[in-house]
Amino acid sequence: MNIPPELRYTKTHEWAKTTNGDVVVGITAHAQEELRDVVYVELPAVGKIVKQGEPTAVVESVKAAFDIYAPVSGAITRTNTALSTSPQLVNKDCYGEGWFFAIKPSQSQELSTLLTADAYVQLIQ
Amino acid sequence: MNATTEALDITDGTERLIFERSVPGRRTYRLPPCDVPERPLGVLLPEERLRTDALRLPEVSEPDVVRHFTRLSQLNFSVDTHCYPLGSCTMKYNPKLNDRIASWSRFAVVHPMQPASSVQGLLRLFWELEQLLCQITGMAAFTLQPAAGAQGELTGLKIIRAYHRLKRQTRSIILIPDSAHGTNPASAAISGFRVATLASGSDGLIDLAQLKAKLSHDVAALMLTNPNTLGLFEKDILTMTRLCHEHGVLVYLDGANMNALLGIAKPADFGIDLLQLNLHKTFSTPHGGGGPGAGPVGVTNALVEFLPAPRLRKVRTRFEWHDDVKHSIGRVHGFYGNVGVLVRAYVYIRTLGREGLERAGRAAIINANYLKACLAKTFPVPFDRYCMHEFVASLKSLKACGVTAWDVAKRLLDYGFYAPTVYFPLLVEEAFMIEPTETESKETLDALADALIHIAQEARTNPELVKHAPQRLEVNRLDEVKAAREPDLRWTPAKQLVGT
Amino acid sequence: MDYVPNTDEQLQQMLETVGVGSFEDLLVNIPTEIRHPSFELPGGLSEAEVLSLCESVASPNRSLREVTAFLGFGAYHHLIPTVVDALSSRGEWLTPYTPYQAEASQGTLQMIYEFQTLICELMQMDLANASLYDGASSLAEAAVLALRTSGRARLLVSEAVHPHYRQVVATYLSGFPCVIQEIPHTSGVTDLEALAASLKDDVAAVLMQQPNVFGCLEPMEQTSALAHRVGSLFVANVYPISLGLLQAPGAYGADIAVAEGRCLGSPLAYGGPGLGLFATTNELLRKMPGRLVGCTLDESGRRGFTLTLQTREQHIRREKATSNICTNEGWLALRAAIFLSLLGSQGLKELALLNIQKAHDLFERLRQVPFVQSMFDQPFFNEFVLRFADGRSVEEVNRKLLKAGIVGGLSLRPWYPQLADGSLWCVTEAISAQQMDRLLEALGRV
Repeated sequence: MNIPPELRYTKTHEWAKTTNGDVVVGITAHAQEELRDVVYVELPAVGKIVKQGEPTAVVESVKAAFDIYAPVSGAITRTNTALSTSPQLVNKDCYGEGWFFAIKPSQSQELSTLLTADAYVQLIQ
Repeated sequence: MNATTEALDITDGTERLIFERSVPGRRTYRLPPCDVPERPLGVLLPEERLRTDALRLPEVSEPDVVRHFTRLSQLNFSVDTHCYPLGSCTMKYNPKLNDRIASWSRFAVVHPMQPASSVQGLLRLFWELEQLLCQITGMAAFTLQPAAGAQGELTGLKIIRAYHRLKRQTRSIILIPDSAHGTNPASAAISGFRVATLASGSDGLIDLAQLKAKLSHDVAALMLTNPNTLGLFEKDILTMTRLCHEHGVLVYLDGANMNALLGIAKPADFGIDLLQLNLHKTFSTPHGGGGPGAGPVGVTNALVEFLPAPRLRKVRTRFEWHDDVKHSIGRVHGFYGNVGVLVRAYVYIRTLGREGLERAGRAAIINANYLKACLAKTFPVPFDRYCMHEFVASLKSLKACGVTAWDVAKRLLDYGFYAPTVYFPLLVEEAFMIEPTETESKETLDALADALIHIAQEARTNPELVKHAPQRLEVNRLDEVKAAREPDLRWTPAKQLVGT
Repeated sequence: MDYVPNTDEQLQQMLETVGVGSFEDLLVNIPTEIRHPSFELPGGLSEAEVLSLCESVASPNRSLREVTAFLGFGAYHHLIPTVVDALSSRGEWLTPYTPYQAEASQGTLQMIYEFQTLICELMQMDLANASLYDGASSLAEAAVLALRTSGRARLLVSEAVHPHYRQVVATYLSGFPCVIQEIPHTSGVTDLEALAASLKDDVAAVLMQQPNVFGCLEPMEQTSALAHRVGSLFVANVYPISLGLLQAPGAYGADIAVAEGRCLGSPLAYGGPGLGLFATTNELLRKMPGRLVGCTLDESGRRGFTLTLQTREQHIRREKATSNICTNEGWLALRAAIFLSLLGSQGLKELALLNIQKAHDLFERLRQVPFVQSMFDQPFFNEFVLRFADGRSVEEVNRKLLKAGIVGGLSLRPWYPQLADGSLWCVTEAISAQQMDRLLEALGRV
C-alpha cells in the first residue's frame, strides 16, 4: 500500500501536502481502493471558507458517496477541475493528478495535529 | 448492420428502441373525427403560443407497439414469472381479482371533483379500509393520502413536527438506528430535522443503553422498524416506547415489515404513536416495476388532529369530505391518494379476512425460518435467534474465493430466481436479505436453497463463472461505472445502435 | 380465501426442519402480553363473494360512462386506447419490483429510458426522470430543489397555480426556512406587475402553471425572462395533452418542467394514482430527485440499461439525498410510453386540436345562453370560467343539471372567494357533440 512518507494524513483517509502557500488535499490509496471506480467528484467553490473536519467535497462511486473532510481550516484557493471530465484520475493517481482541492490555511498549528505516514499506516492496519 | 438484421426486432442481441422502429408517416391509431364545426387555429390561439418545434415522438403502428412492449415485458423477471425473495419488499403474489375490480368503471372512470352523491361507493370503501387498517394495527385513525411508504414517512414526520410545535417545543433531532432503510433519514432530513444515529448492538437490535443516552428534550422522535431490517423482533420494544414517552419523545414505526405481524401483534400495542403501512408490500398491490404504491399513515388519538385534510365523515348514512382537521399538516397528495391502489388493498383484505391475514403472517414467518434453516450450513445468519418474515445471511465465507454477495446475486439470476436484497443493512458483512413471503411454496423454497448451495460450491470450484454472472440472460453484467461517468439518459436521433 | 400454497401438513413439516414443535416457539421474542390480540375483522370470502360485495360497494357510484361531467381542475378525462390496458396488464409489467437487478429487468429499464426520452421531447427539455408520485409532489420537489441549490429563501407562486398543488408545496416546505409568496391573478392570468415588483435577487424560483387553473394561457416567455434576470429559476407546471399544440416549457426557458402525466393513458380513478413528470436542464442533472435510467454496455459490448446516478438517492445518500423518494410510478410511466408511442407526433397534435375545437365550440354555444357569461377574456386550451347572470348561483344551476345526469362546471368559490360566482368548465375529446347538445337543452330548462 502506497503511503508516501512526506505527506500528512487524517483519520478520514485524506492526505495533505504543504506547498508554498497552500495545502493540497486528496484521498489516500486505501480510500480509493475501498471506493473502487470513482464516477463523480463534487468540489467546493473557490473562496469557500472551511473549518478543519468539515465536509468539503463529495466523492462518488456507483454504490456509495463519501464526504471528504477539510484537514485544516482556511479558504479554498483552487480545485482540480480535471476531475469533472476524468473522475478516474482519483483511482489512477490519487496522490498526484487525482488531487481534489487546495486550502490556504488560517490556523498554522492545525497542520501538526495531522497524522504522520507511520501513524496513518498503523490506523489502516 | 446487415440487411437481414435490419428487418428484425433485434440487432446484435439488442432490443430496438421504439424510436428505432419509427418510419416517417407511419401510424394506425385513429382518434374520432371532430364532431363540432372547426374554427381556424389562428382565431383560437395567438401564434406565439403555438408549438413550432418538430415534437419527435415515434411514428409506429399498433402492431409495432404491441410487438415492442410485449417483447420488452419478456425481458423482465416478475412475481408472476419468478420467485422474488427481495428482503424488505414483500414480493407476494398480486391477486388478479384486485386488478379486475379496480378496473371497473365505477372505480376507475370517476372524476375526483364529482359531487359526493355520485361517489358514495368509493367514499364507503375508503371509510371501511381505514377501519380495517385500524383493526389490523390497533391505531385510532389513518390517512390514505400518502402515495408511497416514503411519502408516508414524510407525512408522519410533518405530524411529529406539528405536534411538538403546538406544545411550543423546538425539538430538532430524530433518532434512527443505523440498520434503518435509507428513506428514514432522507425523510427526516427533508422534513427539516437532524438525524442522530443509534448504533445497533451485537445482537442486531437497538442498544437500550445508547437509546437512554441519546434521549433528550431536543429529540422529537425515535424512528424504528419492528421487526427490524434484519428480520428480528425488537424484544425490548415496550421498554423503548416507555422510555421515549418519559422524555416527551414520539415513536414512529416504519411499517414496511408489517407482513410479519399480520394476525400476530398490533403495532399500537408496542406503544408507538404513528406508523406508515406499505400497501404494495403487505397488502399485495402490484409493484408495477417501481410503483404506484400507497403509504397510509396511522396515528393514535392524540395525533388525529394533525392528519392531512380533507378527511371523511359520516353524516347519518352518507359520507362526505370535510376540512375540519384542527391542526392539519395540509395536503400531501393532489387529490385523495392512490385510489387505484387503495381499492386493490381493500379487496385483498376482504378476500383474506381475519383468518386469511393470520394465515398469511404465520406462513410468511414459517417460510422464512425454513429457508434460513436450509441455508444454515452454507450461508449462516450471524444472529442466533428465530427470524420473523425475513433474514439476513452473510456471504463473507466466499470472500476467500474472491466472490462477493453481488456476484452470488447475479449468478442466482441464471438459476431463474430474482436476487435477494444485497448489502443492506450494512451491519452484516456481504449481506443477503431474503424474504420469501407466504405465497412461495415449499418446493420453490427447496429449489432456491439448492440453487444457493450450488452457487456456493461453484464459488469454490469455478469462481470465474460466478464473477461473470449472469450468463444466461439477454445481457451480461452491465457496466454501471460507465453509466455513471458518461450519463446517457435519453435517446436522440443522432444516436446510432451500438455495434453498427 | 388466502393465497398460501403450503398446506398445513407442509407447514408442520417445515417447522420440524426448523427444529421447533409449534409455530408459537418462533414467536418467543415477542412479549406474551402483546401476542395474539383479538382482531375484530370480517371473515375471509370466496372469489364470488368478493365480487358480489364489491359490486354492492360500487353500485352507488356513477362513472363518466353514466354521467357527463364537464370537469377538469387538474384531472382530465381522456380516451385510453385499448392496447394500453392490454399491454400493461401483462404480469411481466405489473408485478416486477424496482429494477435494481438490471440484467433481470431490461424490459422495465428500456421502457423507462424510452419514457425519459418521450418526456424530454414532449417538454422540449434536456433531461427527465423516471417519474415522481404525481404533479403536485413534483412541483413541491422542484421547489425544494430550487431552495437547496440556490441558497436563496423566497419562492414566488402564482395564485393561478392549482390550489391543491400550492397546498402540497406548502406542506413539503413546512420546516424549511423559506417564504412562499403568492402572486395574485388579474383578469384570469398572473398579475405580471405584481410579479415583477416582487422579483428581487432573494427569489429562488418562480412557479407558474400553463394553462393555469382557470384554463387561461399565461405569458410564460415573459415571466421566464423576468425570473432569469434576477437569477431565479423558472418552474412550469404544464398539461401534457396541451403540448400537442402549445409551446413547450423548454422553448420558453423553463429550468424545471413538471406535470401530472395521468392524462397520458391512465384512468382518472378519482384522482390517483398519478404520474409526476419532472424534466430539467443539463445544469441541474445532479440535483434532480427521483430515479434515472441510463444507457450503457454489458461485458460483451451489447447495449443495455441500468439505474444510474443512484448516489443522489435515499438508499445511498440517506440524509443527504436529493429527496426521500423511493418508488416512482413505473406502471403509469409504462402506460404513458405506450400511449405516446401509439399516438405519435401527429396523433398528439390531433388530440390537442380535438380538445381545443370542442372546448371553444361549447364555449361559444354557452355564451349564447342568456344568463351565461364568460368570466375572462383570455386565450384558453380546453378549460374556461363562466359566470351566471340574473341571480342564478353556480350551486343552483349544477343541482338542476345533475338531475339531468350532467355534472356542470366546478364552482371556484371554495378556493377563490372573489370569484365566488365562477365555475370552471372543461371539454375533452371524450365529450361528444350530443352530450354538449344535452347540456344546452338542460340549461334551457334551468
